[in-house]
Amino acid sequence: MQKIVIIGNGVAGITAARHIRKLSDDEIVVISGETDHFFSRTALMYIYMGHMKYENTKPYEDWFWEKNRIDLKRAWVKSIDFDEKQIQFEGSESMKYDRLILATGSQSNKFGWPGQDLKGVQGLYSYQDLELMEENTEGVSQAVILGGGLIGVEMAEMLHSRNIPVTYLIREKHFWGNMLPEEEATLIDNHLAKNHIDLRQETELEEIIDDGSGRVKAIKTKDGQVIDCQFVGLTVGVHPNIDLVKESKVETDRGILVDENLQTNIPDVYAIGDCAQLRNPPAHRRPIEAVWYAGRMMGETVARTVTGNQTKYQPGIWFNSAKFFDIEYQNYGTVLPVCPEDSAPFYWESGDKEKCIKIIYKKDNRQVVGVNLFGIRNRHEVWDKWLREQKPLEYIISNLPEANFDPEFFTHWEGEIQEKFNAEFPEQKVSVRKKGFLEKLFA
Amino acid sequence: MKAIRLTGLILFLFSLGLFLGSFFMSSYTLSESTFTQIVKAEHQEILAPEISKMYGVTYSISIPFVNDINTAVEKVNTKARAEQRWDQVIYDDYAGALTRASSTGFVPENKLLVFFLIYIVGAIGSMMFILPQIKLLGPAGIKNNNIFHNALNNRGWMGILTGILLIGFYILLYFFPAYITNWIIIVDPLQKVLNPSASSSQWFLYGFLYTFAVIVMGVRMIIKYRHSKYQIFRTFSVMFFQLAFAFLIPEILVRLNQPYFDFKNMWPLDYDFFDAWHINTLTKAGGLGIFMFVWGISLFAVGVPVFVYIFGKRWYCSWVCGCGGLAETAGDPFRQLSDKSTEAWQIERFIIHGVLVFAIIMTGLVLYNFYGGDFYISFNKWLITGILAITGAGLYFYHRKKFPSMGSRKVRNVVIGIVGFFGLGVLFSEVSVFAKYMPVDGSNFSFSSGNIRTVYGFMIGSIFSGVVGTGFYPLMGNRVWCRFGCPLAAYLGLVQRFKSRFRITTNGGQCISCGNCSTYCEMGIDVRSYAQKGQNIIRSSCVGCGVCSSVCPRGVLNLENRDEDGRFNQPILIGNDSISVS
Ligand SMILES: Cc1cc2nc3c(=O)[nH]c(=O)nc-3n(C[C@H](O)[C@H](O)[C@H](O)COP(=O)(O)OP(=O)(O)OC[C@H]3O[C@@H](n4cnc5c(N)ncnc54)[C@H](O)[C@@H]3O)c2cc1C
Ligand code: SF4
Ligand code: SF4
Repeated sequence: MQKIVIIGNGVAGITAARHIRKLSDDEIVVISGETDHFFSRTALMYIYMGHMKYENTKPYEDWFWEKNRIDLKRAWVKSIDFDEKQIQFEGSESMKYDRLILATGSQSNKFGWPGQDLKGVQGLYSYQDLELMEENTEGVSQAVILGGGLIGVEMAEMLHSRNIPVTYLIREKHFWGNMLPEEEATLIDNHLAKNHIDLRQETELEEIIDDGSGRVKAIKTKDGQVIDCQFVGLTVGVHPNIDLVKESKVETDRGILVDENLQTNIPDVYAIGDCAQLRNPPAHRRPIEAVWYAGRMMGETVARTVTGNQTKYQPGIWFNSAKFFDIEYQNYGTVLPVCPEDSAPFYWESGDKEKCIKIIYKKDNRQVVGVNLFGIRNRHEVWDKWLREQKPLEYIISNLPEANFDPEFFTHWEGEIQEKFNAEFPEQKVSVRKKGFLEKLFA
Repeated sequence: MKAIRLTGLILFLFSLGLFLGSFFMSSYTLSESTFTQIVKAEHQEILAPEISKMYGVTYSISIPFVNDINTAVEKVNTKARAEQRWDQVIYDDYAGALTRASSTGFVPENKLLVFFLIYIVGAIGSMMFILPQIKLLGPAGIKNNNIFHNALNNRGWMGILTGILLIGFYILLYFFPAYITNWIIIVDPLQKVLNPSASSSQWFLYGFLYTFAVIVMGVRMIIKYRHSKYQIFRTFSVMFFQLAFAFLIPEILVRLNQPYFDFKNMWPLDYDFFDAWHINTLTKAGGLGIFMFVWGISLFAVGVPVFVYIFGKRWYCSWVCGCGGLAETAGDPFRQLSDKSTEAWQIERFIIHGVLVFAIIMTGLVLYNFYGGDFYISFNKWLITGILAITGAGLYFYHRKKFPSMGSRKVRNVVIGIVGFFGLGVLFSEVSVFAKYMPVDGSNFSFSSGNIRTVYGFMIGSIFSGVVGTGFYPLMGNRVWCRFGCPLAAYLGLVQRFKSRFRITTNGGQCISCGNCSTYCEMGIDVRSYAQKGQNIIRSSCVGCGVCSSVCPRGVLNLENRDEDGRFNQPILIGNDSISVS
């Protein structure tokens, strides 16, 4: 029986632990300095917004760990001695291991702006950040958020739920412009405006101004505007948290470098989740994928390898999802912000500009490579199959109703989408979905 | 907008205040003529000596007045029993009728005005409070902001106060209706509109308040979830069934001299369906009565299996049922309070199936009795309680050794269940107001079909479904009864679990384990525990309210009726080609 130690109790570390337990009788220790139990980082915003309590964000009940003999240890790891196979905690304690899994997650980026360490200025990643935000936003009458990404828009929604006005600065021309094509990004821009978020495109931060007592009182932008505020959210992305191993024998780049078995350059030491960087990622995936799903899949995979069944990490077709205020977003396959030369987009948007679909296909054989959906739910299973089987655009358009995953009685948009397709491609007409009796009745 | 809401709130609080205050707004004076008018001739002579001292005395509150009447009756009865004059024991409940006939003052003299000030003004106030939300909540979508910061929604002082008021109301309604004579009088004008020859009873008051709550809060529900047509249709449906089927049609039937009948209610929720008096009423009421009897039986014998197979139990629980209707409208602000633990699930399965078995046995005995059979068993109550307690403790310690973590919990819950049930029986039998509902005489439990039926009516029909089921909304969530107690839900659930096309489909690997679904599941189902593994959710308790699907920020969940085969153990798509799961 070996002793497997996992540093990090996020989704990656915990998934690994659970699967190791399913596969073996090994001793398992999970270490984290953040919280006693695993909680869902993706739900941090909902705690602040009062949709849930911290308790509700724990995916497993507290007795689960003891029952499954997964030892939880609440402590910060200071260093690791890879020769002695021993980890050193802050304080004097240490612990031996046979195999070590690093799952230390990410950290918020900070780009050295003047004033970035003032009180009232913060990012959002950890549970402690959430507590800090609770404290920092007390009595605040104006907030500024910096950085057009997913955490930024979540922060905007959080502040909005407490009626704190938000000015939202982004460097790009549109919200999340480095990930979304312009049409979709514009749709979200409009939706943010509807929710009274004051979005300032192509605006960059110059400095954060001190009120004299060490607290933020305003920010200044590169074009000279001064915006009064008592809270600044810095959400300009995250980077792998490699503090623990940066100065050690473990090879790192931006993240901890791992091979296809998720193993580092040191035997019996693995890295998974946000902190890992794949040396040779599959063609359709990126070397660092700081998303929930990747952490989970790596956890599932590494559990096999450490329990003796060497298993390659082979993520399937990329998928992702998010929500921007009231608009849900789903993505399957690859949709780049700028459409590559060899491909073309098919785009449909609803009259109220709250829903859209963007399908990217290859110009030569019309094979579809990815889809973005806003305000419409689609089936993961169906899209996964279509993308794997490299279905052509007209096949997918004509079978679109099969992928629909909206709740019963919701308006079906496939008919409109198909009509738009037929107008654009008259030589490839597909048959248009007919409305059912009830649909007509309640339309 | 905000000013309109504030005005609405003030109006509503005014009506609520007036409703509570109206309890005190009459005085009660018994006169000899009232007495002779109401009390049966054969009782007048024996009761008069005890009650005559009340003649002409004015009481300013109903409670002592009612108590004095009851004391008088009790005195006469005790004496009659002591002297073994059984035929002279008075079983009629005179308190309600006498109180009503003796009340004078503001409320009885201004029924219509008070009705207007409470219910019409209350409804207007509520609407002024609710409707501006269309604008104030912002664009349509899930707006659960600050629910857990709110004193009403998160068991704060407002929640506890609301709970106390509701529980108090139910106790008065079920066990002391004469105390709330004023409230009953106020709805009399409406009763007269529906049926001029009737006068309002406690049950008319209850039915009216219930419908009022479902409609007012139904409007709120529709606005809150207006982005979801599923929620809109479903809410309209429960509002319609409550108003038409539960409230209006039965009143109209009575007006037409037909039996009172709620066409959407069914056994075993409607536990007196097979009571002798009910069968007799229906079968003797001619063609329509017979139809009602056959309808009632077909509904549970054919309707349930067929519709649950096609749609899942939701067709009833969250589209038709009155209890469900109240839970989904008035109860919506409390859905997040249900307990999601595995332990709660174990307790739930034990209790709800226990109630179903109890209901079946009870009905069986009642029918056996109806067809002329009879039986009687008697046990020493202390002996039984003692044996149960010792067995329970033994089981508990045995299992605690064997299964250190989960096992003991399970056993403990079962044990607490059994011992608790009998313990309560013994306890209630010692409290005189409740004693008449308990099959305990002196030191014995005596079981006969009649008193098992009484215990069921008391423990399940009144305490569980009413006092606990609704009174505990702000404390344990809005489906306490549906989840832990309803025998019909248990039956629908068994069909749903084993023979149905209904499931909640999980969308591949898209779940981010955020927990919104589990938090807002009123049935306390840990939806996330399935969704994060990519499994479909197939649980007997799921009432198909669709809220988990609505609140999920990643569009992971969808209520579907699809082929039965695809429900369990299908290969699951998790996005990871390294391993496969099912
Ligand atoms: C607000 C927010 C919203 C998000 N929403 C989404 C979303 O909607 N969808 C999505 O796909 N992704 C989302 N993400 C990203 C997702 O949460 C991460 O990709 C995922 O949580 C990473 O998991 P992990 O297990 O790799 O690391 P983490 O969850 O970061 O876990 C690492 C743990 O290790 C601990 N640790 C680190 N160093 C040490 C040390 N030296 N000693 C002890 N403990 C240590 C940390 O304290 C932490 O608890 C979101 C992230 C945030 C912050
Ligand atoms: S699982 Fe979903 S649909 Fe079923 S009762 Fe719970 S919230 Fe409602
Ligand atoms: S199913 Fe949806 S609501 Fe439930 S945990 Fe998963 S993402 Fe959250």
